[in-house]
Amino acid sequence: MADVTLRKVFKRYDDVEAVRGIDLDIADHEFVVLVGPSGCGKSTTLRMIAGLEDITDGDIMIGGDVVNDVPPKDRDIAMVFQNYALYPHMTVAENMSFGLRLKRYPKAEIKSRVDEAARMLDIVELVDRKPKQLSGGQRQRVAMGRAIVRNPKVFLFDEPLSNLDAKLRVQMRIEIKKVHQKVRTTTVYVTHDQIEAMTLADRVVVMNNGLIEQIGTPNELYHHPATRFVAGFIGSPAMNFMACRLEDVGGKMHIRLTDRIAFPLPPARAERYKTISRTDKLLLGIRPEHITEASPHAEPGVEPFDVVLDVIEPMGMETMIYFMMEGGEICGRVSPNADARAGAPMRLAIDLNNMHLLDEATGAVI
Amino acid sequence: MVDVAVERNSAAPAQKARKRVTLRTALKRKSTAAFLMTLPLILLISLLVIYPAFYSLHLATLNKSMQRFVGLGNFQFLFTRETFWLVVQQSCIFAITAVIFKALIGFIVAHFVHNIPAKGQRKWRGMLLVPWVIPPAMSTLAWLWLFDPSYSAFNYLLAGVGVDRIPWTGETGWARFSVILVNIWVGAPFFMIMYLASLKSVPDQLYEAAAIDGANWWQRIWYVTLPMMRNIIAITTLFSLIVTFANFDIVRILTAGGPLDHTHIFATWAFRIGIEGGDIPLGASVSLFMIPILAIAAVFILRDINKRGNEA
Amino acid sequence: MTSSAVIDKSAPTRTVKLRSMSRDRTWALRWSYFFLTLFAIFALIPPLYMLITSLKTSAEISAATNPWWVYHPTLSNYVELLTSNQFLTFFRNSALVSIFVVTITMLISVPAAFALARMRFWGSATLATGVFLTYLIPETLLFLPLFKMFVVFGELTGIQLINKWYVLLIVYPTLTVPFCTWIMIGYFASIPKELDEAAIIDGATWFQTLTRIFIPVALPGLIAATIFAFTVSWAQFLYPLVFTTSTDQLVLPVGIITTLIKGDVFAWGQIMTGALLGAAPPLIIYAFLMDYYIAGLTAGATKG
Repeated sequence: MADVTLRKVFKRYDDVEAVRGIDLDIADHEFVVLVGPSGCGKSTTLRMIAGLEDITDGDIMIGGDVVNDVPPKDRDIAMVFQNYALYPHMTVAENMSFGLRLKRYPKAEIKSRVDEAARMLDIVELVDRKPKQLSGGQRQRVAMGRAIVRNPKVFLFDEPLSNLDAKLRVQMRIEIKKVHQKVRTTTVYVTHDQIEAMTLADRVVVMNNGLIEQIGTPNELYHHPATRFVAGFIGSPAMNFMACRLEDVGGKMHIRLTDRIAFPLPPARAERYKTISRTDKLLLGIRPEHITEASPHAEPGVEPFDVVLDVIEPMGMETMIYFMMEGGEICGRVSPNADARAGAPMRLAIDLNNMHLLDEATGAVI
Repeated sequence: MVDVAVERNSAAPAQKARKRVTLRTALKRKSTAAFLMTLPLILLISLLVIYPAFYSLHLATLNKSMQRFVGLGNFQFLFTRETFWLVVQQSCIFAITAVIFKALIGFIVAHFVHNIPAKGQRKWRGMLLVPWVIPPAMSTLAWLWLFDPSYSAFNYLLAGVGVDRIPWTGETGWARFSVILVNIWVGAPFFMIMYLASLKSVPDQLYEAAAIDGANWWQRIWYVTLPMMRNIIAITTLFSLIVTFANFDIVRILTAGGPLDHTHIFATWAFRIGIEGGDIPLGASVSLFMIPILAIAAVFILRDINKRGNEA
Repeated sequence: MTSSAVIDKSAPTRTVKLRSMSRDRTWALRWSYFFLTLFAIFALIPPLYMLITSLKTSAEISAATNPWWVYHPTLSNYVELLTSNQFLTFFRNSALVSIFVVTITMLISVPAAFALARMRFWGSATLATGVFLTYLIPETLLFLPLFKMFVVFGELTGIQLINKWYVLLIVYPTLTVPFCTWIMIGYFASIPKELDEAAIIDGATWFQTLTRIFIPVALPGLIAATIFAFTVSWAQFLYPLVFTTSTDQLVLPVGIITTLIKGDVFAWGQIMTGALLGAAPPLIIYAFLMDYYIAGLTAGATKG
């Protein structure tokens, strides 16, 4: 097992730059998830680590060795593909042992490794079947088994759960986490699903347009996003953004959203934003769970306002509400007991202690 | 996993030391390997297809003993021969009529097969494809015997219903009919199979939707089946046009060009002149006349195939 | 009519409509079977007539009795042909040529198809199109220049190729290789790219990827291509007619036609027996591997 390091890695195709200078340090045993929308360069990055794509510029190191020019088979990695890429003409056991057989490992060792991996993944009774006879989840397990028996320095996962249905995806997610807790192999995992990223990762790498937007633990990304992209990408339903500017009313700093609506900022926030020019175009970012029904005992920093609801979505443990504000649709989250009806007015409260203030031009969180 | 890891450490470094190929040289080597893997194919095509094709152009400009350059003399000579125009005419009649009927019969039969319950289809398809499977030279022999001037089994049946014996291969009109008939017999199953495959790829929902919209069976064929099959019909037809136009076996065995050269097509006449008559340059000139038609058909096929590629 | 009984609860007009629709359907089926029977008779008459004639003696054929019936069935035609050295030589030549051509074809087209489908290199797309175009060039265009080429080759090198059965090993691949390469490109291209990437990561070389992954996975395509190469080699008539003349060098189709047709009409029993025996190998392969045969047939146009 080993750490993985990327230094100023670039990937250029004929006319597009897929990856535009990435620096990333992945520690030994760490589970790192690359997440981003399609075309953000996350898969290309993974494939460069695997050696399936050569790198245009920069260095990739695995276990301290520069592997830029090392072919995939000598990098000591294992990869799990989105469509599993199981060899259809081989049984499960043959699929898992193919790499070992090519390297001419002794038969007894191959058998013991395959058995151990099969036991770990709970597919012992499937080892003599062909991939065609397996369900999607079972195929996924076999694909992981093929990676485990190799006992590589690094596991690479390329959107491994995308082909599964929602229920199975949750189940396999837990399975992957369990396996990682057992084998502790350094893992790089690519997905476009932010929930998968949050639930699996020790650290999440959010990518966009071939660049890294932010690296951090799931909680850091959720509570302290660095950019508008990260703020909007992580969390579901997505964070609301409203155009705003800062204003001083009677010596207190306010945030003005519309001509009619402006809220006083809590002291801690006012202190933090005091150097910002009052004419700057800003964005207020607020997550749906911080727009709730107003309660009579408002805590400091929680400010009430009135809206007319457009749509409500009861989810059972909560009810999502949607309303318009200055031409933009805003989403909030209220208790199922709150009297929320479509088309009806409602008094809501915004929790400014959990607000984010962004520079509209640069998208940076201030 | 721990014990396994220890063993790997002993095995892997040796593994690494043995083969250390860099990725870039591997890529370079890959395209060299790819080139070497296609080399036999390239050699085969260039030496035995492209070279002879151009050699044939060269041959066509020589005199019979192949010692003197005569330019377009062979072609000028051909244009003055009545038989040449007969061959041009017969080649076109033969190819166009045969292809049209092959396509029609193939289409109709494919529909009938598609109509019946799925579990019986295999059996019928199996029987109907037999003419395509038998080597044409062998099956044409059977037809030759069926058409025999004195012992024709068809004439025997016709005599039973009071029809006079038909000179199947003896008279120009009947001989032309016979070679076309045999060609249809050999080629229609190919159309049937292609159409059947394409019929099966039309989703049932489309027919159900058309039926709900009130389309009758004819409208369903016209508005659903034909548009969905247009590409496969075009490719199969063009393809068959090439094969039929360049046919040799059937005409050679059934009539050998007779009576009085009236059923000769380009290939059989080129064989008669070039191999039997020993005038290779003149024979080559004759066969070159196939090129324009082949080229046109090839261009269209290529266009359709590319279209298919783009749609996919 | 059971279907209408099930939906009995729906409006009566609807039931009537359904019944008439299923009656239409029954008639459509009857017509289908009727016409299919006609077409099947049309398709099977020549091979059946071969069989009928092959079971007759020359005497019965010349007696001009009902040609569609065998009054005194005999296997003498089969015995005679299968004990005739000449016929067995034709059969052996055909078998040798076909087996060698199939082998040569596969050795050339499988690696080439793999390279063209997976290892993009300069000119590979053009070459793939070129392969397809080559397939469209008929043998009737090339037999004269090829004949002359082999004559010239013999004069220059002293190696005589004309009138030797193995000259066919050189020319038949021009008919089989382009199509086999083309359909193998289609089959290989349909294998997901991740499969070779998985193999590469598992440590397979390109050659191992081809032999241990691609060939087994594309086995149905390989079988279809093999059948195609075999049937084409077995059935080819023009090239052996042009390139071979001595009776000991002939392959089956040419052999039967040039030696059995002697102007003696009553040899038809033997001719039909020979034709049937000549048609047997492709028919047997077809009977057992029909699905592969049809897959190969349709692959040319559907895998583009």
